Amino acid sequence: MKQFLIFVKKEWLHIWRDRRTLFILIWMPVVQIILYGFALTNEVKNSNIAIFDQSRDVASLAISDEIAASRYFNLVKNVYSYKDIGATFRQGKIRMAIVFPQNFRNDLLHTNSAQIQLIADASDPNTANTLTNYAQSIINDYQQSLNQNQQLPYTIKAQVRMLYNPELKGAYSFVPGVMALVLMLVCTMMTSIAIVREKEMGTMEVILVSPLKPFRIIIAKAVPYLFVSLVNIITILLLSVYVLGVPIVGSLWLLMAESTLFTITSLSLGILISNGAKTQQSAMFTSMMSLFLPTLLFSGFLFPIENMPMPLQVISNVVPSKWFYIIIKDIMIKGLGFGAVWEETLILVGMTAILLGISIYKFKIRLA
Amino acid sequence: MAKEKVITAHDLTKRFGDFVAVSKITFDVEKGEIFGFLGANGAGKTTAMRMLCGLLMPTSGQATVAGFDVFKQTEQIKKNIGYMSQKFSLYEDLTVAENIRFYGGIYGLRDEAIKEKSAQLIKQLHLDGQEKTLVRALPLGWKQKLAFSIAIVHDPAIVFLDEPTGGVDPVTRREFWGLIYEASARGITIFVTTHYMDEAEYCNRVSIMVDGRIDALDTPANLMKDYSAASMDEVFLQLARKAIRSGD
Repeated sequence: MKQFLIFVKKEWLHIWRDRRTLFILIWMPVVQIILYGFALTNEVKNSNIAIFDQSRDVASLAISDEIAASRYFNLVKNVYSYKDIGATFRQGKIRMAIVFPQNFRNDLLHTNSAQIQLIADASDPNTANTLTNYAQSIINDYQQSLNQNQQLPYTIKAQVRMLYNPELKGAYSFVPGVMALVLMLVCTMMTSIAIVREKEMGTMEVILVSPLKPFRIIIAKAVPYLFVSLVNIITILLLSVYVLGVPIVGSLWLLMAESTLFTITSLSLGILISNGAKTQQSAMFTSMMSLFLPTLLFSGFLFPIENMPMPLQVISNVVPSKWFYIIIKDIMIKGLGFGAVWEETLILVGMTAILLGISIYKFKIRLA
Repeated sequence: MAKEKVITAHDLTKRFGDFVAVSKITFDVEKGEIFGFLGANGAGKTTAMRMLCGLLMPTSGQATVAGFDVFKQTEQIKKNIGYMSQKFSLYEDLTVAENIRFYGGIYGLRDEAIKEKSAQLIKQLHLDGQEKTLVRALPLGWKQKLAFSIAIVHDPAIVFLDEPTGGVDPVTRREFWGLIYEASARGITIFVTTHYMDEAEYCNRVSIMVDGRIDALDTPANLMKDYSAASMDEVFLQLARKAIRSGD
């Protein structure tokens, strides 16, 4: 045990002496949270639009005013021909145009139905969708306000309620995502690099000849990174609660326990990678390629997994961060208890066991 | 009276699949002896050494190191040997004192013993005042001497040196051999592999491996006489020419 502690202390010295890396490890989550929180948000605000109003009546002006006043839109231009709309789009000045036909109010009053055209720049399909939805809901509101004064029977009105995240804040989905990314980076990449460094320096040989048990060496190398990860988790949670206003609805202890479990999963992955890699660079690239991209693509935090083709959905199941992402979202955002996440937890435990098992097996093979 | 034998090997063999890396080697090393282990690259030196250090399980044969069996008692063997690799194996980002403390610590030395050893070692290597220097900042020669001293910090019965003088100038190499003689005088057995034939002449006895076999084993003087050679270099070349395997 004493030998183990000596090893942990030595490992800590390595991290401590390399201040630049330590600095990056501690600050990276802060930067990521702030970046995702304020710059890379997928909410749509202040989108530039143009209006082509061919009727200029009470109704079309009322709707135009509503839209221009909303915080989602920013009316930059009134255009007077379709040609003009096309030109403005091509100049990249607007993301959506709204067209009112002639006799808009007349049609509405006399035929009980009128049309509005929404033209959106669908080169970015998600934004286009969001914008048209926003505009439609403003138009619907206006329609309803008209209907109050009339006796039109049988109207069905859908009342939408956004559960867990009523304001549709992007932060709710990327805080768990960033947690998964950062833990992967710190645990997997740093651990694998630390182990491979010993191989490269030739110190691994000397340690293997010593009476230390090989597997204890590996565990001792992982312990300081476990500590750094816990610091990261706490930083991310503090930032998300106090800076981004994303609450922790569920149990903090459960959240911490699940994060620790995922940390251990990532550490085992790092150990596994270090078994195969011969140089620090290859350890880094393997970590990046095998973990970073899959985490970004398959954890569900940027792209919904349900929309992917079947083979990709199947692949996503072997990405640990997918399960971690589900767990964190359930606990942190939805406030669910262990009863709701035990299956995902079990999957992570299983993955950890398999990864560690393979690592130990391969470690022994290398020596035999 | 026959001297105590600290390493015995009898028909020791290691196979990797069809490839016989080490083929039936037989030799003894006596206590306090400086035993040179020579061979071209790929001759099987490293494999043989790894088996003796308890890192590789031999395929067949028998061997004991410090009285312990290499098949069953690798744990005890590891406690009784020291090891220095060709890369000097110190932690560059740790200080001199921290390196000594770490290696002393993993061999289970008590804190007082480590303190005492550190002081003694630093004095012996003339590193006074450099305890808090990062190893990275030391010249190569110092690193090498420090690495050797650390390899024997726990007073092992045997120390294995794997090409310990690679890349070091001749003057420093001579100083390094001074340390080896000192350790040998204290009763520590030295098992050393090397490429440098002048170093082979410093050894009490040398063995020369060719294609996984030990083709010659004697004192340097006897070997030169047997092969009617003027230097160990010639002896080595005569033997190495017979090799069928190519180096790596």
